[in-house]
Amino acid sequence: MSEPMTLDNSFQQAEKGTSLWQDAWIRLRKNKLALFGLGVIVFLCVIALLTPFIAPYGYEEQDLVLGASPPSAAHWLGTDIFGRDMLTRIMYGSRVSLMVGFIATGVALIIGVLWGTIAGYTGGRVDAVMMRLVDILYALPFMIFIILLMVIFGRNILLLFLAIGAVEWLTMARIVRGQVLSLRRQEFIEAAVSLGLSRWTIIHRHLIPNTLGPVIVYTTLTIPSVMLLEAFLSFLGLGIQPPQSSWGLLISYGVETMEEYPWLLIFPGLALSITLFALNFLGDGLRDALDVRSSKD
Amino acid sequence: MPLLEVENLTTHFHTRDGVVKAVDGINFSVDNGETLAIVGESGSGKSVACYSLLNLIPQPPGKIESGTALFEDCHQQKKDLLQTSEKDLQKIRGNDVAIIFQDPMTSLNPYLTVGEQLIEPLIYHHDISRQKAIERAIEILGEVGIVEPEKRIHSYPHEFSGGMRQRVMIAMALITEPKLLICDEPTTALDVTTQAQILRLVKQLQQQRNIAVIFISHDLAVVAGVADKVAVMKDGCIVEQGSVEDIFHRTQHEYTKKLLASIPEGAKPGLATSTNDSQKNDTLLEVRELKTYFQDHSGGWFKGGKKTIKAVEDVSLNIKRGEILGLVGESGSGKSTLGRSILQLVPTTNGSVLFDNTNLTQLSKHQMKSMRRRMQMIFQDPYASLNPRMSVFDTLGEPLLYHGLVTRRNVIEQVLTLMDEVGLARSAIRKYPHEFSGGQRQRIAIGRAIATKPELVIADEPVSALDVTIQAQILDLILTLVEKHNLTMLFISHDLSVVRYIADRVAVMHHGKLLEVGNTETLFANPEHDYTEKLLSAIPVADPTKERERQLAALS
Repeated sequence: MSEPMTLDNSFQQAEKGTSLWQDAWIRLRKNKLALFGLGVIVFLCVIALLTPFIAPYGYEEQDLVLGASPPSAAHWLGTDIFGRDMLTRIMYGSRVSLMVGFIATGVALIIGVLWGTIAGYTGGRVDAVMMRLVDILYALPFMIFIILLMVIFGRNILLLFLAIGAVEWLTMARIVRGQVLSLRRQEFIEAAVSLGLSRWTIIHRHLIPNTLGPVIVYTTLTIPSVMLLEAFLSFLGLGIQPPQSSWGLLISYGVETMEEYPWLLIFPGLALSITLFALNFLGDGLRDALDVRSSKD
Repeated sequence: MPLLEVENLTTHFHTRDGVVKAVDGINFSVDNGETLAIVGESGSGKSVACYSLLNLIPQPPGKIESGTALFEDCHQQKKDLLQTSEKDLQKIRGNDVAIIFQDPMTSLNPYLTVGEQLIEPLIYHHDISRQKAIERAIEILGEVGIVEPEKRIHSYPHEFSGGMRQRVMIAMALITEPKLLICDEPTTALDVTTQAQILRLVKQLQQQRNIAVIFISHDLAVVAGVADKVAVMKDGCIVEQGSVEDIFHRTQHEYTKKLLASIPEGAKPGLATSTNDSQKNDTLLEVRELKTYFQDHSGGWFKGGKKTIKAVEDVSLNIKRGEILGLVGESGSGKSTLGRSILQLVPTTNGSVLFDNTNLTQLSKHQMKSMRRRMQMIFQDPYASLNPRMSVFDTLGEPLLYHGLVTRRNVIEQVLTLMDEVGLARSAIRKYPHEFSGGQRQRIAIGRAIATKPELVIADEPVSALDVTIQAQILDLILTLVEKHNLTMLFISHDLSVVRYIADRVAVMHHGKLLEVGNTETLFANPEHDYTEKLLSAIPVADPTKERERQLAALS
């Protein structure tokens, strides 16, 4: 009796569609830690979106009489030296930080994966030219590159995303190219060619899914480094400007007053750390979920 | 008292999925001047058993649960290897007991000259001067048949061929004058003619030195020639043990009988009837003076002086519809390149490939794509030829959907039919390649190849990565499918007995050239070319008596 049961089951499953992502989602749901990470990220994103409506104070609202005060009932996370509510500033800061983190990484991800795959799979001169271009961009001092962009196009938050993304994709492209170089010698790629599949089909069905493991790990490492990069640029006056805030900016101001007002460093730092932890859990979970070999079912 | 006496050896692996009883209470012994062969399929525990003796298994997850292994060391003292401390074992390894591994490429350090690697155990174990050690190394290289050993001692491993490298490994194992030599599939990675030489060498050295040899192999035919005693292992247990004559001529256990029966022997079944088929007269594939050269670009962009490798040189052959042409040759003979050149998977240099009267070398990439549906390939390594991230359904469904042979709605039906044909359980449709054994994976690969209903299938060593019992099943599956779909096949293999079993005609390749083509039985009975004769005489026979006779003949 068991045979027809499993048969029906497989029919239904197959009919539901067989995309890698659906399978990955089924496996991811079993990973509690990754789900927790995903939950935290979603929660943070929702808070960031709703900030203008739910923030307890305005982000520019100062209370110079109060000045820097430790956490209290009125100001849960305390206030900074201008008497601005820290919770509000962290909430507003999350909008910038998360946006920079995700969009800039997204830009890096898309350019890097495509560039690396095409270079690695095509090989020969195309590969050589494409990778030398990457080398040249690597050699350009990053700061000069960004300052130039800012000078030419003016200060613009979108430009900041693009600029960071344009630098971060280089490493991604190298990682992916290395993966693809070893993959394309494998027989399943040759089998795909002999099936008559087009180059694009081979790239997106056979190559890219097999590079996902390292790509996802690198992505989860890129997001925090991008957030810190934004802080660095803002600190230099090239990114966003006070009174706007971002986590990176808050942290760098917090460091200056660390000894007198530690909460100005602790809370933005905590916000960043929680995000990074959540991202790492999610990244690990995603990597396992996308690697069909690791599944134990 | 034997040199090594193993009793009740039990090694378990404690994995996440539970305990794997890799070796489950086995007994064997081996004496000076004796060769014990341990035979079994992959996963039978034959290697784990031997590595347990020297504590070479990864621990954890591995654990030697119980057993004794009494070994007489160089001071005539009895020692239980399983109770010996790691420090004392280091003295025994490489000194009293030496191991030759399967792959001579990976078991030599590519950054050291072979001389450096040869003298290392001598200096470590015997504390003799460097000069003396080098003299000894030269001497032993000569003994294992390396020409001009005093020069070759300064060469790096990559400067040797596979067979020569295995000779170096043997020299390295023997340089400390061990009393026990463990050979773990020493010839599996080698060509058939090289294999014969290495086997002869091991036998000869053993007799000269009167040492004990444990010979691990999956191939009963190889064992027939070298072993005095044979132990057959399955699932961690020795199912049958005895003298080589007993095992081959007076087989007791069912499993041993199955192993022996799986060795491909004799000609293709039903050969006489199928050749009279009227369809066989029209030629499906005609290869004319095909040349495939590779440029060696190791010089880089700016350096000139490219080296040309002539992988396929002036090959002409034709295959009739419904015929299986076997293509044999040793590694590097260009047989795989020829297969890939026919399918235009590698660019050809000159000549033509006429498939159903269309010259494939003249087609544009786009035109070639539509032809690909009619010609398919089965690859050697079922672990590398399947996309690890695609389920059976995806793998088999992709060619069907891509070429528009089915609609999205009835693709499942087609995939299930395909799975039936290649003998896969329907319930496995959603599984991924890693969940299958090698044989099942090869069935998936075969399913993919026949999905588009091709006319020509090129099979590149489709069974050489498989265990012998699985090999027989896959060969029979291929024969059935060829018959059923009237497939035309180019069957590439280094294994002549497999080719003899499956092919109607055989072509022999050597150094990129086609030496001869002929009907299978004619060619096996009366090879025209010297090289073919040499190849044929190197095939090991699963019969100890015949093997002995042949070895005597070869020596005299």
